[in-house]
Amino acid sequence: MDGHKLVFIITAEKGLVMSTNVAIKKLDDYRWIIPRSGKMKTEGLVYTDEAMLATIKKDASLQQVANVACLPGIVGRSMAMPDIHWGYGFPIGGVAAFDMEEGIISPGGVGYDINCGVRLIRSDLDAAEIRGHIPRLLKALFKNIPAGIGSRRKDLKVSGKKMNELLIKGAQWTVSNGYAHAGDLEHIEEMGCIPGGNPEYVSEKALNRGKNQLGTLGSGNHFVEIGFVDEIYDEAIAETLGLHKGRLTVLVHTGSRGLGHQVCDDYIKLLLKASGKYGIDIPDKQLCCAPIKSTEGKQYLAAMACAANFAFCNRQIITYWVEETFQEVLQMGPKELAFDLVYDICHNVAKIETHEIDGHLKKLCVHRKGATRAFPPHSELIPQCYKEVGQPVLIPGDMGRYSYVLVGTKTGLMETFGSCCHGAGRVLSRHKAKKAARGRSIIRELEDRGIYVQSAGKGTVAEEMSEAYKDVKNVVDIVHNAGIGKKVAKLKPMGVIKG
Amino acid sequence: MNRRYKYIEHTADLGFKAYGITVEELFVNAAEALFEVLVALDSVRARDKRIIHVDSIDLETLMVSWLNELLYHFEMDGFLLQRSQIDKMASCSLQATVCGESIDPARHEIRTTIKAATYHQLYVKRLNDLWESRVFLDL
Repeated sequence: MDGHKLVFIITAEKGLVMSTNVAIKKLDDYRWIIPRSGKMKTEGLVYTDEAMLATIKKDASLQQVANVACLPGIVGRSMAMPDIHWGYGFPIGGVAAFDMEEGIISPGGVGYDINCGVRLIRSDLDAAEIRGHIPRLLKALFKNIPAGIGSRRKDLKVSGKKMNELLIKGAQWTVSNGYAHAGDLEHIEEMGCIPGGNPEYVSEKALNRGKNQLGTLGSGNHFVEIGFVDEIYDEAIAETLGLHKGRLTVLVHTGSRGLGHQVCDDYIKLLLKASGKYGIDIPDKQLCCAPIKSTEGKQYLAAMACAANFAFCNRQIITYWVEETFQEVLQMGPKELAFDLVYDICHNVAKIETHEIDGHLKKLCVHRKGATRAFPPHSELIPQCYKEVGQPVLIPGDMGRYSYVLVGTKTGLMETFGSCCHGAGRVLSRHKAKKAARGRSIIRELEDRGIYVQSAGKGTVAEEMSEAYKDVKNVVDIVHNAGIGKKVAKLKPMGVIKG
Repeated sequence: MNRRYKYIEHTADLGFKAYGITVEELFVNAAEALFEVLVALDSVRARDKRIIHVDSIDLETLMVSWLNELLYHFEMDGFLLQRSQIDKMASCSLQATVCGESIDPARHEIRTTIKAATYHQLYVKRLNDLWESRVFLDL
């Protein structure tokens, strides 16, 4: 709010934003159990260490883990990753699986930004040689990739039949329309398409919001980041992923934009009615849900798939423009750049997956809200080229520090339905971050550390400063030490564009 | 009534409590609380007028639907609310006249963007002749 007259009056209400007294017991150094009590149908499992638990306890997210454990048909535990924080309904960093017959689907278990996700592009470029071009690259990226409120490219508008096709086909649409190579699809979670998308269940409003927002970054924590491989933890796996120390990388983080937000809002309204209709007791309206097999549940899944497919296309189109921009600024051809998609992963989604439960294979609806899928080596659903190493898991940190590449593990598959953390997790509210940034130039501070930032809004940079986030290293170390993810490489940023 | 709304801090997002002597006033104040998060309200002029209808399931969800309808107008063509007036009000629907203007980057600096008004810990209630509502925003 710098430079404005308004002073926010902030109240921290007891029992609301403050921690509630949820009992939690240490299982081992990285696993903590919330024992069953009250209406909980299962126990909670939180991946954290003692130090991070103290931070987690400051908000009511542990109560939210317990709330999710009360929902009908939950299979296994209600889980939370170390980047857990207070969300709406489900906590951010929450993972919960539900039985297809008895279980529910909840828009609050996916979130407003359906298939918000991240993708990593590797290249053959030596980052040190490109460093001098970063300001020019950022300027061009900022021009070519719409970021911030209302910004859009006039040469891309998709509506009507074309939009319907995109919502059903996902990233396949970008291949047919020249924004991707067929080979890219294998490097996208679910081959870039959540099956079952039906545009009939996407409202006119959602379609209206989407038609101008395809290929736009949006604002908040969304970004395109140019970086490089700073450290390798596992040479063999890094080699398979095409990651080499010192080489340039690009991360793209965005989601389904207004289309996804509208789908979420539309279906919360519908599922509020459904919760009553099916007699589901919900402790918070935002946890509203419907049986997976109910008409309402199926409709949400069909609309959610459309929004998720929109997001896959969004990230692919942005990637196409990123590559085009690099070619233009560096005057290089595609062969010289050798850009390859390492992987594209969802952070907010519910998926129908088959998992082994008590020795039997069972279809489940796995909600991951602020969590990523992390399948181990030899899983059927990961690309052939990564079969021996496991699925890449991309964990972006804040713009001033670093990001990580991990792979999924067998332990993760057994314990968390193959799920892992998704990022750093906020520790400072946006208001507190802006207050902490007052009188400082965050942009200059970052430049002093060799990181250039170009942003549509001055406020965004302050809100997204490093201090506002947990150190992603601590989050990643917990999942690595707990064995639900395996560290492969660390990436460092050189330049970021934000909305 | 000395305060029309106040903000509630939240690690990832932001909430507010709005107040009103009448339920109509409550909805008007909540709309202002919403737009004050987006932009300095005193920088917005009432150049344009829109009639907005909203339907919902009950009074609480009507509050969220109202706020999200206003956000929809902002997202579609940058329409910023300056003030509003509730013309018709029932427990599950309302009609309002909203005055404001389309965003002008030269005069309006967007403070933060809002994905949606949520149903999380939402309430609309009447306490000692004062209407009060609590809404959290997903930023």
